[in-house]
Amino acid sequence: MTTALRHTWYMTQRHLRALFRQPVWIAITLVQPIIWILLYGALFKRIVDIPGFASDNYIAFLTPGIVLMTSLFSGGWTGMALIEDIDRGVTDRFLVTPVSRGALIAGRLVQLGIIAVIQSAILLSIGLLLGASYSNPGGLFVLVFCSVLLGAAFGALSTAMAVVVRKEETVIAAVNFVILPLTFLSGVFITLSLAPGWIRTTARFNPVNWAVEAGRGALASGPDWALVLTRIGLLTAFALVCAWLATRAFGAYQRSV
Amino acid sequence: MAGPRTGRRVSLSASVRVRRGKLDLDVDLEVADGEVLAVLGPNGAGKSTTVKILTTLSRPDEGTATVAGFDVLERPNDVRRTIGVVAQRSGVDREATGRENLRLQGQLFGMGGRTLEHRVSELLERLGLTDAGDRIVKTYSGGMQRRLDIALGLVHHPKVLFLDEPTTGLDPEVRADMWGEITRLATDEGLTIFLTTHYLEEADRLARRLVIVDRGRIVAEGTPDELKGELKGDAVAVELAEPDLQRRVARMLEPLFDVREVQVDQKTLRARSDDGARAVPAILQSLEAGGIAVASVTVSRPSLDDVYLRLTGRSFTAAESEADAAAAERKEREEARR
Repeated sequence: MTTALRHTWYMTQRHLRALFRQPVWIAITLVQPIIWILLYGALFKRIVDIPGFASDNYIAFLTPGIVLMTSLFSGGWTGMALIEDIDRGVTDRFLVTPVSRGALIAGRLVQLGIIAVIQSAILLSIGLLLGASYSNPGGLFVLVFCSVLLGAAFGALSTAMAVVVRKEETVIAAVNFVILPLTFLSGVFITLSLAPGWIRTTARFNPVNWAVEAGRGALASGPDWALVLTRIGLLTAFALVCAWLATRAFGAYQRSV
Repeated sequence: MAGPRTGRRVSLSASVRVRRGKLDLDVDLEVADGEVLAVLGPNGAGKSTTVKILTTLSRPDEGTATVAGFDVLERPNDVRRTIGVVAQRSGVDREATGRENLRLQGQLFGMGGRTLEHRVSELLERLGLTDAGDRIVKTYSGGMQRRLDIALGLVHHPKVLFLDEPTTGLDPEVRADMWGEITRLATDEGLTIFLTTHYLEEADRLARRLVIVDRGRIVAEGTPDELKGELKGDAVAVELAEPDLQRRVARMLEPLFDVREVQVDQKTLRARSDDGARAVPAILQSLEAGGIAVASVTVSRPSLDDVYLRLTGRSFTAAESEADAAAAERKEREEARR
């Protein structure tokens, strides 16, 4: 077990190093969510005036949603890097060493988690600078935890798909096809109580919305901890299923070499 | 069973069968400790599949193999600890530096601290990468990447080194460098080396023992000299001015003394003789008498290409282009499917 953990950390370091060597990537992944906060923040500024909206400050409402959405997308793109590793023979080189097989996937998920924490911290600081305030700031930790969990779950899902389809274009298409609708069918941008009934129904089964409910719920005054904990439970279960799928898919890849 | 004739300890033995798509592989072989074995064959002969099985990457349908005393199916991790692998496709991480690549590889084998740092520097120096060691691999030339591949296979002091077509796609100069390095590994470090290649010259230069495979089967086995010796005599090749459409040429040469194994393929006539220089005038005379015009004549000592031709009934180049055509067709089909 300690070997597996050690190998996972080696792989995590490898992925982090590769990311930090791409200044353009860092710039884009930071600027994009900031633009979202500013753009959607300005566009929907008056939305809080609608009777029944859950907050009176849209930036405060939106920022947690953008934090989760950012982590969700980073997770979605994870499979791309794995396809590159497979195509370049890097994965096969690792497979003929005594590396712990699980570390080849876990290393990526841990890297995702670390990046999610850093990004969440930056985005939340920007939100606070733009005037967001939370009656229960301790809930920020719950939000960051949810963003890590959500990113890891979709990272595992993306990995599973990547080793099955082995084509970057397909991963791009699937990310856009699955992740965008999941975002819009959740409470990232608006209070779901204002959304049509069918969206509310769908959202109950949407992992993105579980993360939104748990994260935002923990930030509210007098948090509904029962709601927060059940949503985190659902999210954890979902992440475990995704991790299992990724392991299965990777096992199938090893047999196909 | 193809086996080493020396009395040394067996370092690797395999008896594997694989049936996958067009590939029908059935191979039995042994390699002695410290031996350099070359597996020679055209693309698609099953060389890479054999290497994948021996290095625990892939499983055979039937049979198994033992490397350094460990069964590849039952104790894959023990096998992995003992072997170094340089795959046909480079496996370097292009986004990391050479040093980082080597360090990670060593860490996966449980190395660390100063032992590892020392080993990394030693390998970088040995493969002429010291100056490039801290550069991102993306900036390396093809030859440098290949040298890093070899260094990666050596970090953990393996006992058996697998080199799967180590020089394919390299330009001739770099290839010669590589040969020098492989020879040094075999002689200085006493590594057991399992080399696959589709270059006859490479097999001839590097291997102490040679296994020739064709369409998934071992068709010959021995030292390069033994294999060439079996051919007895020089190869005479005559370029005809016109293709021999009526197949008359072979019959014309039949009565000649010391001219054997006459084969005609389009415009090329091949034959064997114990004394090629003496046979040529007689051959030319017979052809002239038969009214056959000749464009050129060459006499050569037996080469592995001749061995291959005799064993498989087709020249190595022909087998190679046949395999390439099949691969291209497969690729096309795959792309169409997508």
